[in-house]
Amino acid sequence: MNWETVIGLETHVELSTATKLFCSCSTTFGAAPNTQCCPVCTGMPGALPVLNRRALEFGIKAAFALNCTVQSTVRFDRKNYFYPDLPKAYQISQLYHPIGVDGQLNIGEKTIRIHEMHLEEDAGKLIHDPASKRTGIDFNRCGVPLIEIVTEPDFRTGDEVVAYLEALKITLQYLGVSDCKMQEGSLRCDVNLSVRLKGSKTLGTRTEMKNLSSFRAVLKAVAFESRRQIEVLESGGRIVQETRRWDEAQEKSISMRGKENANDYRYFPEPDLVPVTLAPEYVAVLRADLPELPAARKARLMRAHGLSGYDAGMLTGQRALADFYEQTVALGASPKAAANWIMGEVLRALKERDLEAEELPLTPMALARLLDLVASGRINRTTAVAVFDAIFDTGEDPEEYVHIHGLEQVSDLELLTETVERVLTENPKSVSDYRAGKQKAFGFLVGQTMRALGGKANPQQVNALLRERLG
Amino acid sequence: MNLSDCSAVALGRLIRAGELSAAEAARWALDRIARHQKENNAFLTVTQELAMEQALAFDAAKDKPSHPLAGVPAAVKDNICTKGIRTCAASRILGDFVPPYDAHVMERFRESGGVLLGKLNMDEFAMGSTSETSCAGPVRNPWNLEHVPGGSSGGAAAAVAAGECFYALGSDTGGSIRQPAAWCGVTGIKPTYGAVSRYGLIAYASSLDQIGPIARTAEDCAAVLDLIVGRDARDATSVNAEGNFLRNLTDDIRGLRIGVPAECFGDGLDDTVRERVLAVAGVLRDRGAAVEACALPELKYGVPAYYILACAEASANLARYDGVRYGRRPEGVRSLDELYCASRSEGFGPEAQRRILLGTFVLSAGFYDDYYQRALRARTVIRKAYARLFRRYDLLLTPVAPTTAPGLGESLSDPLKMYLGDLYTVPVNLAGLPAVSVPCGFDNGGLPIGAQLVGPKHGEQTLLNAAHAYQRDTDFHTRRPKEAAL
Repeated sequence: MNWETVIGLETHVELSTATKLFCSCSTTFGAAPNTQCCPVCTGMPGALPVLNRRALEFGIKAAFALNCTVQSTVRFDRKNYFYPDLPKAYQISQLYHPIGVDGQLNIGEKTIRIHEMHLEEDAGKLIHDPASKRTGIDFNRCGVPLIEIVTEPDFRTGDEVVAYLEALKITLQYLGVSDCKMQEGSLRCDVNLSVRLKGSKTLGTRTEMKNLSSFRAVLKAVAFESRRQIEVLESGGRIVQETRRWDEAQEKSISMRGKENANDYRYFPEPDLVPVTLAPEYVAVLRADLPELPAARKARLMRAHGLSGYDAGMLTGQRALADFYEQTVALGASPKAAANWIMGEVLRALKERDLEAEELPLTPMALARLLDLVASGRINRTTAVAVFDAIFDTGEDPEEYVHIHGLEQVSDLELLTETVERVLTENPKSVSDYRAGKQKAFGFLVGQTMRALGGKANPQQVNALLRERLG
Repeated sequence: MNLSDCSAVALGRLIRAGELSAAEAARWALDRIARHQKENNAFLTVTQELAMEQALAFDAAKDKPSHPLAGVPAAVKDNICTKGIRTCAASRILGDFVPPYDAHVMERFRESGGVLLGKLNMDEFAMGSTSETSCAGPVRNPWNLEHVPGGSSGGAAAAVAAGECFYALGSDTGGSIRQPAAWCGVTGIKPTYGAVSRYGLIAYASSLDQIGPIARTAEDCAAVLDLIVGRDARDATSVNAEGNFLRNLTDDIRGLRIGVPAECFGDGLDDTVRERVLAVAGVLRDRGAAVEACALPELKYGVPAYYILACAEASANLARYDGVRYGRRPEGVRSLDELYCASRSEGFGPEAQRRILLGTFVLSAGFYDDYYQRALRARTVIRKAYARLFRRYDLLLTPVAPTTAPGLGESLSDPLKMYLGDLYTVPVNLAGLPAVSVPCGFDNGGLPIGAQLVGPKHGEQTLLNAAHAYQRDTDFHTRRPKEAAL
């Protein structure tokens, strides 16, 4: 039988505001439990929510970036259910008027439609201690602003899902609204999956999978659940509509029977928050303030700088890296050289030091000057790499560094010729080996010449001189 | 010194002039409380030491707050959070909850040099019209201890009536300031929705609740209102409201146009109440106001719309009381469900449970449209009706309640009947308008009757002026319950 997998995604993204959605508690990750909470986010009697303006701005920008129609009035609703990590026993969310609707995100060969995207507050964290058989509740996370992005069931493969998540991640990072780190929980993804016979127009019964903590887990989960459902159906069974937990260790999805159907959330408009009408000018300013998004930036770099799709893709993969690249080129570096050095040495150096692109200590000016030293022949590439490593952390000017350490390439023709002569004289065997056809001997002679010059010779020149002399 | 007939403003003047110390005033009030608390149960918590501390500190301070009520001892309803002082909204479920923060109005109170005598008894979570549902026993009406004082701010009204405090802060969601004020022969005002911050008010119905003063006179109410109005960044529904009510208070109401909705004087209204309330029109007319009949047919939607919306919001507002983070936690539970069920079944009284269930029902799938949505539409109709009337009139005159205070124990067995008694007060909350209740007479049994004046949004000055003018020419507000217990 020919089966087709149909997937829709619900993604929760933590917004990187300094404070929570409805109170001024800090959102800093990793604080000691219950040190970042107040009467509002712990649902004390008499406490009231007040909307965080910055979170709203972030939400609006995200809606634009995902090509949504942005709601002109911002309204919230209460989603009511009982659970210990939800101190008010309702979550302030948006059902009736999500901030953005009817959007889309391009994932290369396909466009994924976004049904809606809305703002809501996060719940606290339950920490189970098996030893004492008690569960603690940490409210630090409670009230952190989230956007939830719900797609149409447009995905057909796990690869498409991952492509979407990657595109979503880099788009939101570009906006600066979230760092989208799945491992830290700032990007969470629930997968709604069903299967049907190819050609069928109706959707099969779907399950919802939670607890996916990496893109790889998403791939595995999609593959597993798709296979599981097909097996069930092929053996004559029925799919139960339920929530399943992905177990990374066992690499399977497990039914969460028991976290049952409190499905009637009794949504009603949040009376403690006044509907906010967005003035068209305000919205226009936010829209104009949007940075160039990854896809557009990649296309522009390919067009304007003649970069390959691969190179442009690598560079725009992180906004800070793309910014660094463009600033370097703006200072006069050649696009190709800058691209090569950034994709090569810069990324290597970052990785070695376990730094993010945002934390680059090297400045575009420093790289541009270094590249200029190479381009003008004053230092060779080997020297350049050494200089790069030396100045990466310190912020020293490469020209000064080269000058102080006397690393300038020797280009003096007389000195070069003299040295070449000396090397040839001192290595007669190699000369004869080369003349006898041993190519390796040439390399040896180049090496010897370079050594004699302390490595500071222009290799192309040395090469040329040797070839001339040896005939 | 006998302060029985001293208004809050007058006392403030005496203290400012140095003729009386705050400590003496506090001692006077605490003595009254000691005498009357057993018989009327107006207080849930008496903060004797704190009150004396605050009064003495006030007296000793070189730089005293200049507010007209500085140094005047007062009390607040127990649904207003007071930092460090037990606040339980008369509910077992909050147990010995001590808020770690002050309500906005308490901050204002402290800044103005107020002296806190204690927390006042009320209906549990402000749900009720008789103050009989408190976990600490019912409040009794100082005019007749076998009768209820009204609710839900029954303790506040009773305490003011019995001279146990010089003013009180109550709250009003469907009449909970106005009705007990009427049944206890004192003056109370519910401000425009949003005029007073709800931050720190234990929520019953978020779109209806407002904190307001209960005192002996309209003038006192004006002074207290000045103290508590104004935008608070912690309450998104609070608005900018100017607090100059005392300074701008006048008894000149010439030309004021007063409408008397016929529907508020129909069947079901006690004859004596009708007569006394209509007599208010005469007094105001004598002072130059123009009074005429008008129509408010939409009145009949008030009670059903109110109970649906208030209970719906309450069902969500009270969902946080689960015994997990604060309040009373039941013993011996073995699962999360058991914990929730035990906390809430044991912790909430029957009226609170009734309203939570009702509210949950009207919000549930399949009923939301028929009940909640429909109630919202009725609310809009009511709002528009008042807006229409306020294009022609400056104020409306209505009764506060269809009867005077019933006897203890007579109301709770018929909740629906009790709800219907709110018909004159709830539409005002639905429309978010201000309204005042003034004493306007007594029934044959000597129980007080109140009249309600309703104003347009932010019409508190007009309301207070009219009430003040009325109180110039009448003395109902000066009568005191007999000191029977003495």
